[in-house]
Amino acid sequence: MRKSLLAMAVGLLLAGGVGAASAADKLKVGFVYLGPIGDLGWTYQHDQGRQALVKELGDKIETTYLENVPEGPDSERAIEQLVRAGNKLIFTTSFGYMDPTLKVAKKYPNVHFEHATGYKRNPNMSTYSAKWYQGRYIQGLIAAKMSKSGVLGYIGSFPIPEVVSGINATILAAQTINPNIKVKIIWANTWFDPGKEADAAKALIDQGADVIMQHTDSPAPMQIASERGKLAFGQDSEMIKFGPKTQLTSILDTWGPYYIERVKAELAGTWKSEDTWGGLDSHMFAMAPYTNMPDDVKKMAEDAQAAITAGKLHPFKCPIVGQDGKPIECKGGDHLDDGQILGMNFYVKGIDDKLPGK
Amino acid sequence: MQLVLEKRAERSNTIALVSPLIAIGLTIVTMVVLFAILGKNPLLALHAYFIAPLTDGYSLQEIAVKATPLVMIAIGLSLCYLANAWNIGAEGQFLIGAVAGSWIAVKTQGTDAGAWVLPAMLVLAAAAGALYALIPAICKVRFGASEILTSLMLVYVADLFLDYLVRGPWRDPHGFNFPTTAEFDPVATVPLLIEGGRLHLGSIIALLVVAAAAILLGRTIKGFEIRVVGAAPRAARFGGFNANQLIVLTFAISGALAGLAGIIEVSGPVGHLQPGISPGYGFTAIIVAFLGRLNPLGILIASLFLALTFIGGEQAQIAMKIPLDVTKVFQGILLFYVLACDSLILYRFKLVFSNRQVSRGAG
Repeated sequence: MRKSLLAMAVGLLLAGGVGAASAADKLKVGFVYLGPIGDLGWTYQHDQGRQALVKELGDKIETTYLENVPEGPDSERAIEQLVRAGNKLIFTTSFGYMDPTLKVAKKYPNVHFEHATGYKRNPNMSTYSAKWYQGRYIQGLIAAKMSKSGVLGYIGSFPIPEVVSGINATILAAQTINPNIKVKIIWANTWFDPGKEADAAKALIDQGADVIMQHTDSPAPMQIASERGKLAFGQDSEMIKFGPKTQLTSILDTWGPYYIERVKAELAGTWKSEDTWGGLDSHMFAMAPYTNMPDDVKKMAEDAQAAITAGKLHPFKCPIVGQDGKPIECKGGDHLDDGQILGMNFYVKGIDDKLPGK
Repeated sequence: MQLVLEKRAERSNTIALVSPLIAIGLTIVTMVVLFAILGKNPLLALHAYFIAPLTDGYSLQEIAVKATPLVMIAIGLSLCYLANAWNIGAEGQFLIGAVAGSWIAVKTQGTDAGAWVLPAMLVLAAAAGALYALIPAICKVRFGASEILTSLMLVYVADLFLDYLVRGPWRDPHGFNFPTTAEFDPVATVPLLIEGGRLHLGSIIALLVVAAAAILLGRTIKGFEIRVVGAAPRAARFGGFNANQLIVLTFAISGALAGLAGIIEVSGPVGHLQPGISPGYGFTAIIVAFLGRLNPLGILIASLFLALTFIGGEQAQIAMKIPLDVTKVFQGILLFYVLACDSLILYRFKLVFSNRQVSRGAG
């Protein structure tokens, strides 16, 4: 018995060795994930993108991922481990990996890095992100139409420009429908914590909000809104199964096409450091079907989506007035320019709250 | 009929020494079964976990980097536990040390402050950690408050205080509102030992701490007092040892070491202050202290071993596509076997055939 076990083990070892050798000439692509791949939100969507990549180019590449990598000192090691395992193109998929990615990138100039949602670049380090504020604008229109109380509930993660611009886009849109719309904001100070997110949703509903919007990643707020018979928007992924009668729409992160494009460039030897910031026209994200709303609201949402995609409607169209009543300088002609949106650090007029740290 | 745990009359010293090895052996056997069930090659998996990280300089460095804070905190905790003082709040002392040291780094940022910055940061961090640990210690000796509860609750206070600072006054003005300070200046950074690597001066400091603790416990009267107060409180009282004084002393030392570990982590591998600087080092160190049997050398080995499981776990994820959860299961199984083996050294199973209630306090 013992001998046969040993023989089996040796056999397995040899089989493993052969498998490893045949994979050696494929391009190795690595991914670093913030959450578990089963978070049903942010990390889940990145992994869906990776799977789309494997489906498309699986015969030429081999992918590896590290999940649940905290945004502290461990992330630098995780990234470097992927480099040392022979990965030549590495996607680091959270803002907090910015400095660690840059450190490793400087150390390994022959490896290419792609950092999601950051702003630091290097000749071998690109950044990529999406103009989610466009989707938020559409959500703002729907929310204002659907809210009976005129109070929206917004669960923020961190007061970084990406989140702040989402809040502003929502309110600017809602004000075109209902000039007196109110928004209550709770900062969860986390990207993924179902317990905290659920508590925030409960608190917002108790304060009179009847449409819940979230910039955190778990489906917990959707479930709470569903229990209380309110409406809500999903985040990152399709969340309709958590609120079949609750979800109005959801911003779907669709990373697959981008990952395929970048890996193709790497395979062709044409990869170079870029800053990609894609909108609805670039398929970096999509809107989930418009559900649980009357046909006229649905039509309005679809029209707005078409106008934004065609470049006819800009969510940050001037004039935009800040909380202090003074107009914001208009650097992009008839709308705010990308730099102003990427560094957005103010609330627009009509938000009855104080931006943390201001 | 009942199955009871009965204290053994005598314990074998040899068994006590090999018990951790038996535990590791049993863990490996269990993992082989688990890998086989998962359809992974057990030999390759074990190789990825235990051998691969030991075969190249880079991984060895990473193991040392990961083990450094664990060693320093666990050494301090072991002194407390030997003296029967239950400091559970090393995580908080770690964070307060990091905050106090970072204060100097943040305030001197961009100025041409000299080489005094880093030493001052280390000293201030140790002092702050010690003071923070003295709160539960003094509450204990003065008012009889449970140090387990007070030290644990102060962890959350420290955590939220750090959070407030990096979101408010210390936030990097060019950091797009993200909760972090700016990167520390080079004079506020722990120097690297190997160019291009991550091994830093902190690992040397950790080794010095191990040596100092070994001397303290093995060669000095104070060390003897600590051990006697913990092992035989009555004998210690007859010997005129002041148990309260030792609680205060061991808490202060362990707080200072945790604080020092905090600032070394922040000014070394991290490079700036941010929330989440500790993935629970203060709590993992409690496990390390007991795995190392509250012995300085044992703690050094235990922390290196635990660090190995982290690094090996990542390599197994990369090389074998083994999920991270398996690494966590692996660490849990290891602890289970260590505790089980320890229990069976001190106790044995006995079948009791009468219906008489076995009183618990009698033995």
